[in-house]
Amino acid sequence: MTEQSDLIVVGAGPAGLAATAAALAGGLRVALVDSGTVVGGQYWRHPPEHARAAIPTEDLHHGLREYRALADALPAARAAGRLDLRTAHHVWSAVREDDGFAVHAADRREAPAETAVVLRAPRLLVATGAYDRQLPFPGWDLPGVLTIGGLQALLKGGGVTAGSRVALGGTGPFLLPVAAGLAARGAEVVAVCEAANPLAWLRHPGPLLRNPGKWGEGAGYAVALARHRVRVRPRTAIVRAEGDERVTAVRIASLAADGSPRPGTERRIEVDAVGIGWGFAPQLDLLVALGCDLTASDDGNAVVAVDDGQRTTVPGLYAAGEVCGVGGAPLAVAEGRLAAESVLADAGTAPVPGDPAARAKRLAAVRATVARQRAFARAMALAHPLPEAWSEWLTDETVVCRCEEVTAGAVRAACADGGAPDHRQVKQLTRAGMGWCQGRMCGPTVHCLAGRGRPYTPAERLVATPVTLGALADLDRRNSPARTE
Amino acid sequence: MSEFSIDGRPVPFTEGQTVAAALVAAGRVAWRTTRVGHRPRGVFCGIGVCFDCLVTIDGAGGQRACVVPARPGMNVTTGETMTTAATATTAATATTATTEEGDDD
Ligand SMILES: Cc1cc2nc3c(=O)[nH]c(=O)nc-3n(C[C@H](O)[C@@H](O)[C@H](O)COP(=O)(O)OP(=O)(O)OC[C@H]3O[C@@H](n4cnc5c(N)ncnc54)[C@H](O)[C@@H]3O)c2cc1C
Ligand code: FES
Repeated sequence: MTEQSDLIVVGAGPAGLAATAAALAGGLRVALVDSGTVVGGQYWRHPPEHARAAIPTEDLHHGLREYRALADALPAARAAGRLDLRTAHHVWSAVREDDGFAVHAADRREAPAETAVVLRAPRLLVATGAYDRQLPFPGWDLPGVLTIGGLQALLKGGGVTAGSRVALGGTGPFLLPVAAGLAARGAEVVAVCEAANPLAWLRHPGPLLRNPGKWGEGAGYAVALARHRVRVRPRTAIVRAEGDERVTAVRIASLAADGSPRPGTERRIEVDAVGIGWGFAPQLDLLVALGCDLTASDDGNAVVAVDDGQRTTVPGLYAAGEVCGVGGAPLAVAEGRLAAESVLADAGTAPVPGDPAARAKRLAAVRATVARQRAFARAMALAHPLPEAWSEWLTDETVVCRCEEVTAGAVRAACADGGAPDHRQVKQLTRAGMGWCQGRMCGPTVHCLAGRGRPYTPAERLVATPVTLGALADLDRRNSPARTE
Repeated sequence: MSEFSIDGRPVPFTEGQTVAAALVAAGRVAWRTTRVGHRPRGVFCGIGVCFDCLVTIDGAGGQRACVVPARPGMNVTTGETMTTAATATTAATATTATTEEGDDD
């Protein structure tokens, strides 16, 4: 059963969890919704509670003390009727109503069966995180080529390594934990191809120096990788995957300053799995449809625009974590806390428990953390750009849109003859971005191929996740304003 | 270990794994064929955003193997999963609107 909530939080990753814990501590009633079967999001992805003995993953994690503190606050709040925890609920739409927001979700606890659910509250916090950004290359659609986040999700969520000889490529610090995790589980990590130049960090040393926590984690990976004899190859990229029914080899090449492969440097390495990640792209579906202003971030993504209290431009709507810009879990946690403080201040219903002076001090500390971590995120984005000339490794036959199987040649032709200026026009002409994933995978790429230089803004998706017409019809029949159970 | 079946063949899994995790653990990285190029596909993003891993589960099409937890006795089938599920996505992609127009040069 659900009582009326004061706040709905969508996303139970580091940001959503921290926000929920802070809002509950402040006396609010919260509905926390996540499509996953357990809370934790990407960073703290775990197998379900009952499976943790059979699938041990503790050693793959960082910051578990914080995770436990946040997750452990939930059962008591549930028992007290102040937390409506909705795991395995996929939110497919959120809309504004006169007195707040209606959040439409598909309850998939009994998947594949699903039931439509509507939750309502005066305030909404969207903390839906991000997914791996991809750049296509010949062979990236071969089975056994995954996103690095996908490799990590299989590892942290299911205790599974996708291969025994794995090559990783792309850019960004996230390559390191994935390499370390795979190596810890016995996979041979034969190459870690980092496109960026590590010296790029030296151009902006300040944020690194002011975030000593990051060194500890980085040094930990360095030790783990050295122990497993994993070498990170800077200024290198995986430019081709080869195989027939599945990937059997990759070709790697050194990159010139503009990111183009240096002739004569190509090497072939046999592998049975590949992981690719070029940073992350924020999951903005719900926020775009709600009409929030977006803004450009240093990594080339559009992100949701928020004020210094995580308020979006839509009254009553807040955002925290990687939807506001990719910056790692500690930033997501701090933004979640900050958002909850704003909700408490704006709701102004009951006096917040605790000493106001202590609260003000806590808030100042959280703001300082956010500022410090954002500076770090900016430095990270500048040190790990997408290689300017990445499209040079495409052939005309390279599939760009995986769903509709549209090739780079077709996209280039549309841009040339049709004069399509952006990914939306290209979509009309070629069907790139029209398939099941609705352009989540190829949108940024097609955008780069079509019109460089401008930040990528995703097209509006009417549903954030597909939902069966059966569940919708069922909802219509019941026609009840809020389903309670 | 428990078991489900894929196209009639048993797949062992540890309770708590998704259908995709169980298949990958069993050495299978592909289980679907694309419509146009008839290319093999399996798990790619692992978190429910790319839709490469689609299967039919107990008759319900269009299921993402990477997000559905495996359950004992589940009947998973592959092949043409695209048309069996009537989903709102089809409607949505057909009418997808654009709100954020970048101001072109
Ligand atoms: C696959 C993947 C693996 C990652 N692994 C690591 C790692 O091991 N180490 C690391 O340092 N960083 C990792 N990251 C980076 C990650 O983004 C973290 O920085 C951190 O998890 C971000 O926190 P967040 O709260 O903003 O979002 P997330 O942790 O992404 O949480 C967002 C939550 O929202 C839920 N959600 C999204 N859309 C909906 C919807 N429509 N309906 C219902 N629920 C929804 C998701 O299920 C998720 O639980 C990973 C990223 C990805 C994509
Ligand atoms: S692998 Fe991407 S949706 Fe399942």
